[in-house]
Amino acid sequence: MGRAILLDKVNIPGIRAFEVYREHGGYKPAGKALLGMTPAQVQQEVIKSGLRGRGGAGFPTGLKWSFLDRKSDKPRYLVCNADESEPGTFKDRYLMEKLPHLLIEGLILSSYALGVKTCYIYIRGEFKYLVGILETAIHEAKKNNYLGEKILGTDFSLEIYVHPGAGAYICGEETALLESLEGKRGNPRIKPPFPAYKGLYDCPTVVNNVETLATVTSIISMGGDAYSKLGIGKSTGTKLMSACGNINKPGVYEIEMGLPVEDFIYSEEYCGGIKNDRMLKAVIPGGSSVPILPADLILNTAKGQPRLLTYESLAEGEFISGSMLGSGGFIVFDENACIVRNTWNLTRFYRHESCGQCSPCREGTGWMEKILYRIEHGQGRMSDIDLLVRIAKNIEGNTICPLGDAAAWPVASAIRHFRKEFEEHIK
Amino acid sequence: MLKVTIDNILIEVEEGTTILQAARMIGGKVVPPAMCYYTSLKGSGGKCRSCLVKVAKGSAKDPRPIPKLVASCSTPVQDGMVVENTISAEVQEARKGVVEFLLINHPLDCPVCDQAGECDLQDLSYGFGMEETNTREPRREYPVVDIGPLIKLHMNRCIHCYRCVLAAEQLTKKRAHGMLYRGDTIEISTFIRTAIDSDFSGNMIDVCPVGALTDRSFRFKSRVWFLNPMDAHRECSHCSGKVAAWMFGNEIYRITGRKDTFGELEEFICNECRFEKKDISDWVIEGPRKIKRQSVISGNHYEQMKKGSIIHPIEGTTEPQE
Repeated sequence: MGRAILLDKVNIPGIRAFEVYREHGGYKPAGKALLGMTPAQVQQEVIKSGLRGRGGAGFPTGLKWSFLDRKSDKPRYLVCNADESEPGTFKDRYLMEKLPHLLIEGLILSSYALGVKTCYIYIRGEFKYLVGILETAIHEAKKNNYLGEKILGTDFSLEIYVHPGAGAYICGEETALLESLEGKRGNPRIKPPFPAYKGLYDCPTVVNNVETLATVTSIISMGGDAYSKLGIGKSTGTKLMSACGNINKPGVYEIEMGLPVEDFIYSEEYCGGIKNDRMLKAVIPGGSSVPILPADLILNTAKGQPRLLTYESLAEGEFISGSMLGSGGFIVFDENACIVRNTWNLTRFYRHESCGQCSPCREGTGWMEKILYRIEHGQGRMSDIDLLVRIAKNIEGNTICPLGDAAAWPVASAIRHFRKEFEEHIK
Repeated sequence: MLKVTIDNILIEVEEGTTILQAARMIGGKVVPPAMCYYTSLKGSGGKCRSCLVKVAKGSAKDPRPIPKLVASCSTPVQDGMVVENTISAEVQEARKGVVEFLLINHPLDCPVCDQAGECDLQDLSYGFGMEETNTREPRREYPVVDIGPLIKLHMNRCIHCYRCVLAAEQLTKKRAHGMLYRGDTIEISTFIRTAIDSDFSGNMIDVCPVGALTDRSFRFKSRVWFLNPMDAHRECSHCSGKVAAWMFGNEIYRITGRKDTFGELEEFICNECRFEKKDISDWVIEGPRKIKRQSVISGNHYEQMKKGSIIHPIEGTTEPQE
């Protein structure tokens, strides 16, 4: 394991500069595709690779691209979702900071495949320092004719614009992102219509995560078939994991899909074990929105199989005994961590970040936060636990966008696996 | 034409019809409640989630059910679709949940609210609300904002349906107000607290499903069920002049637009008709409006009145009009 596909060049000094990046093989895939492949062939490679969206939902990227309305005579847009604000996830930031040209190249390739002439990078407001890095990279690429009019002498032209948001979590939801990009309030749209038909300015639009688009570069470089051989089953390739919490070595790691969770936590190559040699208590494996799992269920599935870092393995047992790979924000808790306090902290986040558009999420997130505040501060009642379960159930699936689900799952799963701890807080 | 089955009732509708519109064509009990959807306001709907229904069969081509409940107001009908509303326990449960969410921060000050008796949220909580509250938390309160001499904004009662925002945006030339903040602190207000000033702003009162926006000229004058709504009209240079005049004896207490069975305005009316013409000589009274039998207004034996008769101002009895 431990094969670096995305981050292979990350330790080269000065890799942020165009010249250094090109010296080390950068922009070769772009040249190869633009001069020697048709857009359909590029898309075919991505479909063959089995690449799945790295933003959290894990939807096959090639399939998403094939939904794009190509019959429409309106312009098409590609939007790169760099609004990474999920607590526990910090992989896109690392990628853009270290390897901005890898993303730019991925955007060029994806735009070529989709027939897009204008591409936007919607970047989180707090990542202001990255705007300069990305704009320098765009400027350099433009100077060397990898962007702008008639790229490399072909008929393909592309402009990339960086658009900083104002720092709202909800703007990471693709339709809220588009609203915000249009200059409106970042409220998720009601679907259908989906962005593939009516996206940015009512034109066909594809929205993809930073890591997904950067991976397109690797796929074209090594070929879709070769990429699909990495990983296990439908979880192909490599994934960036951002590990944090009570571990010895927090940071961003690239793993080949299928790495056992136990290896990831305890091996020296990755997290390096639990800090101060304490016991593992629980893990949130995919960013704050996914269900939390206790130590025994994160290391092994309910059936006794070792749990692997793949979309399927982490989801095994569904929500009863499983979780999700999500965006790869791996949060580890040791035996001293308080689950109730942590759950309260998360609901505080979702209450603050709910857009307030639809009733279940607007009222429900606030209500859960207030109840958990009471429980954490010694004023809970036994009936509050079942009430929380009921509120979470009423929010889940009944909202406009997935933020409602994201707010409900952590609460529901924490009570499912750590009910005793809640009861002790109330007693 | 597309065939759709709602609660085992088959109906043929045109392409592009939403589930809610199809249900309204059938009418009766199968119609899901709608707190935010408003037919004449573009972009409304999908927010309150009280119209959630279950799609048991997606379409004839793709018979798979839709895994989540869908908002019937914004989901277009597919040919062969099977929809469950009142017959699905899941839908009823979800709706109860939505009503609970809408009520946890609602002040429930119906006894002093001008909207009581014609409030959509009141109707909804009679249908799906719980008898007791589960909340111990204090309810949300907003600072009082004055939005002008004609309309009273009572933000604590608001359910954030966006109808008034859309109405102001689509009926008037400039956008005067909108949503501020987010999450459960979201608030309707004007920009830097200016007054709302436009010829059609009064329609915001009619589109508001709750008592958040009420008519200042009618404030605390009477309960709506003591008044008799009459169809009335006048020559007006701004609007059609067709209104509902709410009368007690020969006195007009307030003017509103004419609402249909689903509580939606047939036509938007201007502020001159609504706020300034309160004298009976301004209007040609056509006769009593038809209203639902279960309305609180019919508790005052309103339905015994006949078209073409008005109440005698003193005796309170009806007599034929010349």
